[in-house]
Amino acid sequence: MASDTLLEIKDLMTHFHLQEGIVRAVDGVSFEVRRGQTLGIIGESGCGKSVTAHSILRLVPSPPGNIVNGEILLHRGENGNGDGLVDLAQLDPRGADIRAIRGAEISMVFQEPMTSFGPMHTIGNQIIESILLHQEGVDGSEARELAIENLRRVGIPRAEQIVDAYPHQLSGGMRQRAMIAMALSCSPRLLIADEPTTALDVTIQAQILELMTALQDEYGMAVIFITHNLGVIAEVADEVAVMYLGRIVEQAGVNELFDNPQHPYTQGLLNSIPHIDEAKLARLRAIEGVVPDPYDIPSGCAFSDRCPSFMPGKCDSAMPDLAATGPEHRVRCFLYSEAEEIVTEVADG
Amino acid sequence: MLTQYIGRRLLLLGPLLFVISVISFVLIQLPPGDILNMEVLRLRSAGTQVSEEQVEALRQLYGLDKSLPEQYWLWITNILFEGNFGTSFTYVKPVSEILAARVPLTAAVSIFTAVFVWIMAVPIGVYSATHQYSLVDYFWTFVSFIGVATPGFLLALVFLWMAFVMFDISAIGLFSQEYESAPWSWAKIINMLQHIWIPIVIIGMAHTAGMMRTMRGMMLDELNKQYVITARSKGLTETRLLVKYPVRTSMNPVFSTIGWMLPGIISGEVLVSMVLNIPTTGPVLLQALLNQDMFLAGSIVFILSVLTVIGTLISDILLVWLDPRIRYEGVA
Repeated sequence: MASDTLLEIKDLMTHFHLQEGIVRAVDGVSFEVRRGQTLGIIGESGCGKSVTAHSILRLVPSPPGNIVNGEILLHRGENGNGDGLVDLAQLDPRGADIRAIRGAEISMVFQEPMTSFGPMHTIGNQIIESILLHQEGVDGSEARELAIENLRRVGIPRAEQIVDAYPHQLSGGMRQRAMIAMALSCSPRLLIADEPTTALDVTIQAQILELMTALQDEYGMAVIFITHNLGVIAEVADEVAVMYLGRIVEQAGVNELFDNPQHPYTQGLLNSIPHIDEAKLARLRAIEGVVPDPYDIPSGCAFSDRCPSFMPGKCDSAMPDLAATGPEHRVRCFLYSEAEEIVTEVADG
Repeated sequence: MLTQYIGRRLLLLGPLLFVISVISFVLIQLPPGDILNMEVLRLRSAGTQVSEEQVEALRQLYGLDKSLPEQYWLWITNILFEGNFGTSFTYVKPVSEILAARVPLTAAVSIFTAVFVWIMAVPIGVYSATHQYSLVDYFWTFVSFIGVATPGFLLALVFLWMAFVMFDISAIGLFSQEYESAPWSWAKIINMLQHIWIPIVIIGMAHTAGMMRTMRGMMLDELNKQYVITARSKGLTETRLLVKYPVRTSMNPVFSTIGWMLPGIISGEVLVSMVLNIPTTGPVLLQALLNQDMFLAGSIVFILSVLTVIGTLISDILLVWLDPRIRYEGVA
């Protein structure tokens, strides 16, 4: 259903123009986010997950980063202030249009709860700031009430006191809750969570995930959840995109992906998780090799130099397309290139 | 709490000032000989006969025959209870009279210099950081290296020469001739303000340059921190988020260095004031030290130290107000 789509990214390319050369951090990524759904993006460090997320809100620092191609279409539906589509990629990253979207329609939660709040102002001050910025007709004391209400909703005890606390007075888990409260303070329709649980210990991680799922149901917002943790993705995502070196290599529903991983990279990721029931495993089954130098990406398929199913003459000659191998399942790999329906993705224009 | 902190600091001020006064006093006594040797030498070279008895009488008159602790006690009690800083031998005037005109000027020059340093250094540092490696950044980097590397008195000489050769004006002094010995009036203050910027710029140059680099470095560190991106992701305008978050954090060293910037300004001011002939305490202090004019030199060192300690206290209080992480508070 097209009307169900909230965010549509088409062939996004974000490149960094550095002295050493061009880093194609995001190189032709397309996906859709549906209302109320969670899209998980996974991949190793440096595969372009975060840059993709930052590109959506136009937070990629420029220079050196630039969106060189593609569209980021935000569908503004019934409760948006304006109908139709906005292409975020076309907006001035410092302009009023994108600022009206940031924090209001799309908001973001970051990886580092220790540093995501400014150290000089209270938590409340920073949440209130967001509320006053985007909600018209709300005065200072109402905004404060809303901030306390939001803090309470993310499970912060004594919210009316914590609202006046400075970030350094709170634990990491509390700070991340406060961060989520701030992100949700203006009821966004899309929340981008960039590794929100990575810096937290496992018990806190579980609490935060639970909280996010509950809040998502309550607010009915869509979520883009970025992580390198497969366990986390299995818990929260409806659909999963696996990224490798700036491209999506496999995309499928969460159950389909875990039951039937097709790309050798996805298989490698899943195999590398140690299982508790495997009695005695001599060593972890890690993926061979390391992520290549961004200035020296192998020709052909970017994964070809680490791939256990490498086909000489084929994989090193061209980049495979992201092709459908089933309903709701697409893979970028020559192993499946006989699949009948090919979704051409990187067609340059 | 903040008031508790300030109270504790004020209590500590007492012992600190005592130690400073002792050190000031001891420093003056350190060089061999005393003021009488100079005085007797001067009198004898002028042909006056001075007998040993007369010297001894003078010694007793000034209390120089007493032990050091006794001399200190006399000196400090006179200051504290009578406002009497003693008599200057070289000027043959009460020290308080000499300093009354000069200490306020020194304070004015120092405070104006500090303000000048901030007004220049903070915005330029912020701009340099937000426009790193731009032409403007390179320009100010260049200027600041020259500023750091050039001693103030040399700068003062260069400035005097340029003002004289290129504009045919004399940049010497703090007042125009007609106001030099006139009593204080609005016109005199305005006249002073017209002149005072020259020493301020010259004395402040090195500090401005240093502060600019500090501010730029701090900002570059802060700009890439997560909380700046968070603020941006909330939809704040660039200016507003810069001022509220990274600039505020980067101000930390600006405030914490007030304490040691003030002594720096005051000592840097001595030579510059000599060159520019500015009637502050600097030139008097230098002369007093050369002549072993003990009461004068001691009083200047003491007063300037007290001002510095108070300046440091103010800077610490400002810092606590600025940065909540430094406050003495229990965890909420």
